[in-house]
Amino acid sequence: MSVTEAPSGHNVGAALRRKEDPPLITGHGRYVDDISLPGMLWASFVRSPEANAKIASIDISAAIAREGIIAVYVGEDMSDLGGPLPMAWAPPGVEVNNPEHWPLARGAVKHVGDPVAVVIGEDRYAVQDATEDVLVEYETLPAIVDPEAAIAGGPFVHESLGTNKVHEWTLAGGDVEQGFAEADVIVERRVVNHRIAGAPIECRGVIADYRAGSLTLYSATQVPHFVRLFMALLLGLGEDHVRVIAPDVGGGFGQKLQVYGEELLACWASRKLGLPVKWTETRSENMSVAHQGRDQISHVKMGARRDGTITAFHVKILADFGAYNMILTPLIPSLGAFVMGGCYKIPNVQTDITGVFTNKCPTDAIRGAGRPEATQMIEVTLDQVAHELGMDPLEIRRKNFIPKEDFPAAVATGVVYDSGDYHGTLDKLMEHVDVAAFRAEQEQLRTEGIYRGIGFCTWTEICGLAPSRVTGPAGVGVQAGLWESAMVRVHNTGAVTVYTGTSPHGQGLDTAMAQIVADRLGVDPRVVEVIHGDTSMGPEGRNTYGSRSLATGGEAVVKATDKVVAKAKAIVAAELEAAAEDIEVVDGKFSVKGSPDKGMALADVAGVAYIGAVPEGMEPGLEETTFYDPENFVFPFGAHACIVDVDAETGKVKVLRYVAVDDCGPAINPMLIDGQIHGGVVHGIGQALYERVHYDDQGQLITGTFINYALATAAELPSFETDRTETRSPVNSMGVKGVGEAGTIAASAVVTNAVIDALRPLGVDYINMPLSPMRIWNAIHNSEGASPEGGLSS
Amino acid sequence: MSIVTVRLNVNGVEHSVDVEPRLLLVHALRDQLGLTGTHVGCDTSNCGACTIHMDGAAVKSCTVLAVQADGSELTTIEGLGTEDNLHPMQEAFWNNHGLQCGYCTPGMIMASAALLSENPHPTEDEVRHGLEGNLCRCTGYHNIVKSVLDAAEKSSPEVSA
Repeated sequence: MSVTEAPSGHNVGAALRRKEDPPLITGHGRYVDDISLPGMLWASFVRSPEANAKIASIDISAAIAREGIIAVYVGEDMSDLGGPLPMAWAPPGVEVNNPEHWPLARGAVKHVGDPVAVVIGEDRYAVQDATEDVLVEYETLPAIVDPEAAIAGGPFVHESLGTNKVHEWTLAGGDVEQGFAEADVIVERRVVNHRIAGAPIECRGVIADYRAGSLTLYSATQVPHFVRLFMALLLGLGEDHVRVIAPDVGGGFGQKLQVYGEELLACWASRKLGLPVKWTETRSENMSVAHQGRDQISHVKMGARRDGTITAFHVKILADFGAYNMILTPLIPSLGAFVMGGCYKIPNVQTDITGVFTNKCPTDAIRGAGRPEATQMIEVTLDQVAHELGMDPLEIRRKNFIPKEDFPAAVATGVVYDSGDYHGTLDKLMEHVDVAAFRAEQEQLRTEGIYRGIGFCTWTEICGLAPSRVTGPAGVGVQAGLWESAMVRVHNTGAVTVYTGTSPHGQGLDTAMAQIVADRLGVDPRVVEVIHGDTSMGPEGRNTYGSRSLATGGEAVVKATDKVVAKAKAIVAAELEAAAEDIEVVDGKFSVKGSPDKGMALADVAGVAYIGAVPEGMEPGLEETTFYDPENFVFPFGAHACIVDVDAETGKVKVLRYVAVDDCGPAINPMLIDGQIHGGVVHGIGQALYERVHYDDQGQLITGTFINYALATAAELPSFETDRTETRSPVNSMGVKGVGEAGTIAASAVVTNAVIDALRPLGVDYINMPLSPMRIWNAIHNSEGASPEGGLSS
Repeated sequence: MSIVTVRLNVNGVEHSVDVEPRLLLVHALRDQLGLTGTHVGCDTSNCGACTIHMDGAAVKSCTVLAVQADGSELTTIEGLGTEDNLHPMQEAFWNNHGLQCGYCTPGMIMASAALLSENPHPTEDEVRHGLEGNLCRCTGYHNIVKSVLDAAEKSSPEVSA
């Protein structure tokens, strides 16, 4: 349960109710579709029903003739753009095939949903009607859908490339061949990590308003600053003349970490027509064109000695990128490669990635982005090795954990894990789960025909994006620094405004940042306003993704606040005729050490600062800005367990218990951490059991709505048990790590291991996700002789 | 297309609205009456973000035509409680961190309030099944279920929406 208020100076660590909530629970939030502007026009897209086709002709005459229709545009109309849609990853020394990708197709469509034309008019319904009257003649071409077939040969998604291969990228440490030579047991598996959707409940939406040479774009985005940069570049505008506002955003999950063609088109059309243009995405559009995630087929190979010591782990990933590279598409599998050794001391680790185009929606970052896939490969394969060795799955984990005293730990993949106590989180998990009692119960239930299983996952990940020197152009190759900014302004009255360069969209950062600032300035967090998501307010920012907003954005807020505190102390010291070093913040007052009665409230300090009665040589005002570039990533970790029942008759899985012990450093607000874990875990459970973006072999999307894309409901899930350990990160002053993706990174592997544990007496030793009833039933019934793995077909 | 006039009592206020016969109730509320607290999330009646109360029952307003609501009494999230006078369900969602991005929240709160008016003291299982028509991507439902159970516990048996 939350609390409404914490004792003065003790807000950090308290489960404070969220500042964000009052408007959201009373219907006064402000999402993009809630905004209307005078004279606003509506846009609706004509989208390809074909997976691969040439556009022979487009006839817009009937559509443009309809009442209330102002314009219909096709790809060739947008010839004045400064360039195609961006892809921002250029790894040094690696060739990446990157075909042009436009907001509206130019001559060819490459996946179902690819936009062909846009209708703009005066009414939400009328523009949708008119799209039906745009007649497009397609010359259908054979589609390539299966990534393994696509990498082996044609047809080619982009004919001019003469290949479907996007790139190859390897990260290797040690010598895996040497490691396998030292192994007594080698386990190899084909791991399929199927395609999923981001599926925020708010679809995308934009309103572009170009007037008098300046552009304002409202967009349901996680990355307003990146969107501003590319709108300016592609429309030939100064960045100072482009303002991007992310108002309340109804979830992102990586899907809204993108620069989308629809954003660019709305801006372009608003400039052309001189009126605001709004586009509100439908769910079926969101399911077919908003970028998707995962979709990897990997061959994994793990070697271990008889005593359980892992000697080598080699992963070959074939990553299906769909039809185009989006902003970070080819980078995504690499994010997993950096933590391919997991929590373990593995001297030889290698990840080989091959990216491939297919006639499907593009993939890019979806919650976890490469790291859920890595964890699935590590943690499921480790269980397979343990089984092969006749070892307990927890024993093999403990045997290989990087010990606490090794941190900071340089691992084979070349990164340095900041801090960790893997035994600690697993010990804590064992306080919640009585494994011996479970095994006895499991044995008994099996005699009754009930197949219950337990699965574990001890995970770590790389987040807190990011040290710019590592991720930037000369390092990993992202064409941006990933520092973060903050500005803290104390007003005349002592109220405080914090401008963060992050762009939270549900995580509760307004509350967490207010807690941090309140303690440092000696004020109530209720008088600390946190502003984000508007490029015209506050300094340049790098926005929200990669579990970065607290570890990177929050630390920037700390640094800016500390500058304000230092200035305030100097002012107080002058006023009270004391030394600045002797001023401390106690009970909401800046006072002289040892004389708590003698002091000034922040409002009094601000009064002095704004009247200008500051010490000689000091600038007036009380406002400071910081740009913080972290020294390293942060590496949160945890230990999760899950208990499931598998109905052997129907193949249906029921999650009975899920216990998550996580460590993201000291809690700023434990209620928010639990909330992130709950939601993240369901994203992972959802992938393991229910969710799958499914295309048929012609490239037709089967899962185009929530009718056939199965998001978990409350009815399928149990309540969760969460607990924490708190191991400080040395990277930032608060010792914090990210938590937004943690649950998702752990959960699909836990559930998979639990299902396999349940299925073993039925002869199934391995199965890939999605663990749907049909696939499990097939695995049970094919388990004698045939491969239970089942490939991609369901 | 012909225009029809419908009479709607929304949150206790009478409105007369001119609509196309095909206009969805949710669009009449949002675009014509400016009540944007009721959201659209899926277009197929799966997500429940558009849930309101129509003559006391929870309905998905994306699956009701405005003309079908002619003469009805409607309550939207804006009419359930205000920031100064929160409905117990709104208070419970705030206290229990029952929301993150807030997009599913109005529908979730309206569905939850209707659930308690039919079953004032539900079990956890009854809450979970009672809310299976409302999707949330942020919370994993844990704190939503906790919020509803908390509201039930704090309310008198005759709690109503």
